[in-house]
Amino acid sequence: MIEKIFFAVIGCIFIALISIFFGLLFKGIDRKIVARMQKRVGPPIRQPFLDVAKLMTKENIVPENAVRWMYNLAPLVCLASSILLLLYIPIPGLEKIQLNGENDIILVVYIFIIPALAMVAGGFSSGSPFATIGAQREMVTMISYEFPLAISVVAIAWKLSTIFSENVFTISFISSNPVFNNVGLIGFIGLIILLFSLIIVIPGEVAKIPFDVAEAETEIAQGLVVEYSGRNLALFYMADGVRIFAMASLVVNIFFPYNISNIVGLTGYLATISDFLFFLLKVFLLIFFSITMIRAGMARLRITQVVTSYWVTITLISLIGLLLLIWDNQFAISLPW
Amino acid sequence: MKYEVPVGPIHPALKEPILLRFTLEGEKIVDVDVIASQNHRGVEWIGMNRNNPIQSIYLAERVCGICNFCHPSCLVMAVEEIAGIEVPERAEYIRVIQAELERIHSHLLWAGVAAHELGFDSLLHYVWMVREKVMDILEIVNGNRVTKSIIMYGGVRRDIKEEHIPKIREMIDYYRQGFKKIAKLFLEDKTIKMRTREIGVLTKEDAIKLSAVGPTTRASGVKKDVRQDMPYFAYSDFEVKAITPDLITGEIIGDTYDRIVVRLLEVRQSLDIIEKAIEEMPKGEILSEQKVIKILAQIKKSEGEAVARYEAPRGEDIHYVKLKSNFEQLYSWKIRAPTYINILSWRPMLLDMQIADIPIVAASIDPCMSCTNRIIVVKNNKEKILTAEELHELSVKKTRRMMR
Repeated sequence: MIEKIFFAVIGCIFIALISIFFGLLFKGIDRKIVARMQKRVGPPIRQPFLDVAKLMTKENIVPENAVRWMYNLAPLVCLASSILLLLYIPIPGLEKIQLNGENDIILVVYIFIIPALAMVAGGFSSGSPFATIGAQREMVTMISYEFPLAISVVAIAWKLSTIFSENVFTISFISSNPVFNNVGLIGFIGLIILLFSLIIVIPGEVAKIPFDVAEAETEIAQGLVVEYSGRNLALFYMADGVRIFAMASLVVNIFFPYNISNIVGLTGYLATISDFLFFLLKVFLLIFFSITMIRAGMARLRITQVVTSYWVTITLISLIGLLLLIWDNQFAISLPW
Repeated sequence: MKYEVPVGPIHPALKEPILLRFTLEGEKIVDVDVIASQNHRGVEWIGMNRNNPIQSIYLAERVCGICNFCHPSCLVMAVEEIAGIEVPERAEYIRVIQAELERIHSHLLWAGVAAHELGFDSLLHYVWMVREKVMDILEIVNGNRVTKSIIMYGGVRRDIKEEHIPKIREMIDYYRQGFKKIAKLFLEDKTIKMRTREIGVLTKEDAIKLSAVGPTTRASGVKKDVRQDMPYFAYSDFEVKAITPDLITGEIIGDTYDRIVVRLLEVRQSLDIIEKAIEEMPKGEILSEQKVIKILAQIKKSEGEAVARYEAPRGEDIHYVKLKSNFEQLYSWKIRAPTYINILSWRPMLLDMQIADIPIVAASIDPCMSCTNRIIVVKNNKEKILTAEELHELSVKKTRRMMR
């Protein structure tokens, strides 16, 4: 029993370190690539680590009219819940220390709200008008992107539930039974549409351009985190990286759970390592297409435009995907594989 | 529920010292109050008390970092008129070329800032990369990138030599080719259109009522341009026409998008002017009087007052100068920078807009706070803003003091 608890604790710490490391690494790579796209040199890839290290040494200022305990608690909750996400979302090679078999996908979608809610609480408690506007905007954005996200996730789970009789609502089940293998031609098109809508949801989920209205630098001066400094800001910064990593891992697990070791025919430790690296590559590619490219090529939208684009455009797109998946059961045109 | 949000004096959207107090209802702006004069530098006072007229040229250059040709040349034009200093024709042409080069670099700088305010950083970096070409030409021609120190009473200080002309031609070709791409990026990009169409509308009536100047007023359909109405330098040879946005869009709304159109078209117009100017540039002297001491003596002898008008990239710039004989400095000097008059049009533009529109609408008049100020008196930690009547009274008193 004690042994089990010991391993659980060690596992948690290990997951936390890994997720923070890769979260910050992906952030650094993202910044470098965006800089190259804009014909700039850009900061070195280790810049996010340096930023965190420096912020940790800085003074932690609490505004006079802030709600002190909430102001200091919010960054911790934000980072902790972001790391909690990665305990649920399976990463190849780390299954032993993750909560496998208990990772209900609806639960994970709910946990995704917690970091955003923690930021909202932090923003409201800091007592600055900019942070208040940012918090309001973050809530509105949250309400708008949850709908298409839920539709996409539920559609895939529903599709699997028509084929399998086990509990299909766990991510480990979805990732061990790739959904692309279980649909016909119409369903395939539907899945591509759902993937597209999820890719548009990612920048909203992690507050990046064009949906970064809550943190809009030129409008409300970083909004939510405007009053934060020092250790608290570093925690938010790390939580941001971890959230991007978690969101990309979730989408990779739903749509591209294929491993390289089966194809190449590796076994043992080599297989684990290659699977892990391949997973990181997939996550990187997803981040590249959903965050880096969109970030470099668009202007920030207004909050009303964010809501309209999510509630009308993206929701309609994901509903079409859901309909196609439903039709797929009736007109089963099987794919060559 | 109404609440107040301050934008400025220090804010990432307006990187210059000005305070905008917004009253908001949710995301909607219901009231705006503009409080300028966070940064009074006493430029006019230094010109009237410390510097001699030639030093004042270089002081005027430092009124604004971007319009550093228009302020000194406006001052120089006023002084030349009073003192009766002749300017050789070649110098007038060189001044035109300098002014248009400055317009190109200022408008491109603005385009980058506008893209940044919209959150489109890739476009910011692209436009500023393109802008480097005109900065290179400025460096080749003047020896300096920013503060050019080229204008002088009675001409200019450096000639545009034969070897410079191919480089300027090359620059013109570069921008002619790049113009289509920039225009496409700014005018056809969907997100930019979404963010600027019907945003910050200034109607023609409001523009005339608030006497807005420059691209701000031209975007609202008022054909007002000092180069067309009252040509200075050699502009009468070029037949400059005031540009309105209907040349591209076919209609005049007076929104932020129209102001982008006007500035883009003005860049093209400047290229045409430069091309014509380097072709038709006459030969001859560039300074009517080489000896600085002689000019100073001539200015010191002369007496009178003059107002010079100049079409700066941001709008009409006015310098009022009064000289008195046997008085070393400028006896009186008043600068009215274009932003000062354009600030008033912020209110009709910003009312009923959203918070997200503040940066781009505020930036769309191309504000330059370093040229603008108002008086605020702080005594015993109590601040008092002077009203129009008090200011008028003060100015009457000052005029009487000066007339004595």
